[in-house]
Amino acid sequence: MRRFLDRYWYAYAMVLPVVVVIAVLVLYPLAQGVFFTFTNINEGNIANPILDRPATYDVVGFKNYLNVLSGGESFGAFWSTLVRTLIWTFSCVFLHYTIGLGLAMLLNRQVRGRALYRVMLILPWAVPAFISAFAWKYMFNAQYGIINQLLRSVGLPDPVWLGQSNWALVSVIIVNVWLGVPFMMVALLGGLQSIPGDLYEAAEMDGATPWQRFRHVTLPGLRSVSSTVVLLGIIWTFNMFPVIYLIAGPNPNARILVTYAFERFFSGASRDYAIASTYGVLILSVLLVFATIYRRALRKQGEVW
Amino acid sequence: MTLDASSLKVVQATGNRLRRTDRSKGASIALHATLIVASVIAVFPVFWVFITSLKPDARAVEPTPKLFNESSWDNYTRVLSGEKGDFIAWFGNSVVIALMTTVIGVFISATAGYAASRFRFPGKRGLMMSFLLVQMFPFAVLIVPLYNILIALGLNGTSLGLVLVYCTTAVPFCTYMLKGYFDTVPSDIDEAGRVDGLSPFGVFWRLIMPLAKPGLAVTSFYAFLTAWGEVAFASAFLSAADESKTLAVGLQVFVQQNRTEWGHLAAASILVAIPAIVVFYLVQRFLVQGLASGAVKG
Repeated sequence: MRRFLDRYWYAYAMVLPVVVVIAVLVLYPLAQGVFFTFTNINEGNIANPILDRPATYDVVGFKNYLNVLSGGESFGAFWSTLVRTLIWTFSCVFLHYTIGLGLAMLLNRQVRGRALYRVMLILPWAVPAFISAFAWKYMFNAQYGIINQLLRSVGLPDPVWLGQSNWALVSVIIVNVWLGVPFMMVALLGGLQSIPGDLYEAAEMDGATPWQRFRHVTLPGLRSVSSTVVLLGIIWTFNMFPVIYLIAGPNPNARILVTYAFERFFSGASRDYAIASTYGVLILSVLLVFATIYRRALRKQGEVW
Repeated sequence: MTLDASSLKVVQATGNRLRRTDRSKGASIALHATLIVASVIAVFPVFWVFITSLKPDARAVEPTPKLFNESSWDNYTRVLSGEKGDFIAWFGNSVVIALMTTVIGVFISATAGYAASRFRFPGKRGLMMSFLLVQMFPFAVLIVPLYNILIALGLNGTSLGLVLVYCTTAVPFCTYMLKGYFDTVPSDIDEAGRVDGLSPFGVFWRLIMPLAKPGLAVTSFYAFLTAWGEVAFASAFLSAADESKTLAVGLQVFVQQNRTEWGHLAAASILVAIPAIVVFYLVQRFLVQGLASGAVKG
């Protein structure tokens, strides 16, 4: 034990603050959240330290899970919401990645005004999300929004973007793509810069076409960068709540799992913490399964991760 | 998640590839056209908020938007004078909370990231995995347990409580990123420092931290933005008194049930965005380098 501490104490001392913060403010609430999923806790029966009221909720076993997983409309239509969440996640991450990669490749060349382009292109990242949400909500307005003005002036149909139709989902995807491209672009630009130039020269020497150079030099060179940012991107997008909540509100056409959890949590006659937590645990499970598969797929390709 | 160390040289190595290749005129035009279109899309929403912020509320919702329409700085004066709520106090609260989150979050991420980068110790793998796990749970639904804990710690309604909650969202990503960044700093430097009689902490603080500036800049940016724009926790954990709100919470006064005061909201938004953009401008030259060797290697 003595030797163990002698060897590692400074490592542990340096890790300790993070571990304490995470344990107290994440793991413990997480454990409590998981416990809530087996109860019928809501605002009416939770312990209230301010009113000095004791907790009166009961343990109900797996009832919440049964209710949610049966996919009933009154519990947020879990399965169709899951499908919508997947559509949302994959279209967002796909567009983030492809647009981000395209712009990163353009910025990785010698272009006049490169620094200026870069600053402008990263700007959406710097603006607080609730302000971007407000800006887009204003621009998407069916009547006086600039987007529909523009569409009308060129004679295109002007949809009610944030109404009760799938346009609502399209709108929030557009906003989230706008928000998320800068991160991908910057990360991939960093990745591109770490690919040695000799590789391109050698490929050119061997007569590789630009497409072949992209396919066989650029993409493999970006592999480790990509695998990480795509995983992070999927996790973040899956749980991206402010964009949808602030732009579309509780619109069922733009509802994903996490916004529904939040809806249950904050609105309704009695705030239903139990169902909200059940959704939280289900989201966590979906992501865990996904991350495991993802890792296994990467390992099969010989990626050490 | 191991990180392979593509060293700091990376950034210089590109220099030779960046020579202007013989690009045809057409390709050049297409390149600039694409970049200009993309930049316009990136900047336009912010620009449009600015244009709106100069209009009176009633003019902001006209069916034919014009660039200028009875525009003036009136909205700004009214927002700043506190007519709609104590804007200056909100601003102060946000600054304090965001800066505290940045300092505390980056510091504890840096120590943890350094330990994870340099030392092999039992539990390291589990620690790194738990960071990934933390990102997966929708934090918003943890508000009730978190609230209980803050009460138990006597921190509910205080800025420090909120700062700690923000740290939990910022720290996992920052730790990953800084670990990746520290991996690119050659460990010879540490050894040289130890030979010269520095303690492991001395090495970290005096040698490694100054070398990790780009990585620190990026993580600071991230931590700052995490705290600066957050709404849900801020509205749940801070007391309802007007003078203890943050900007993100306070701005909700411009969004009433039936009508939104677009002009005022836009002016307030621009005022909120300015500090974030200033911070961004200060760190942006480090962004590519910092992310390249840090986060992206996860």
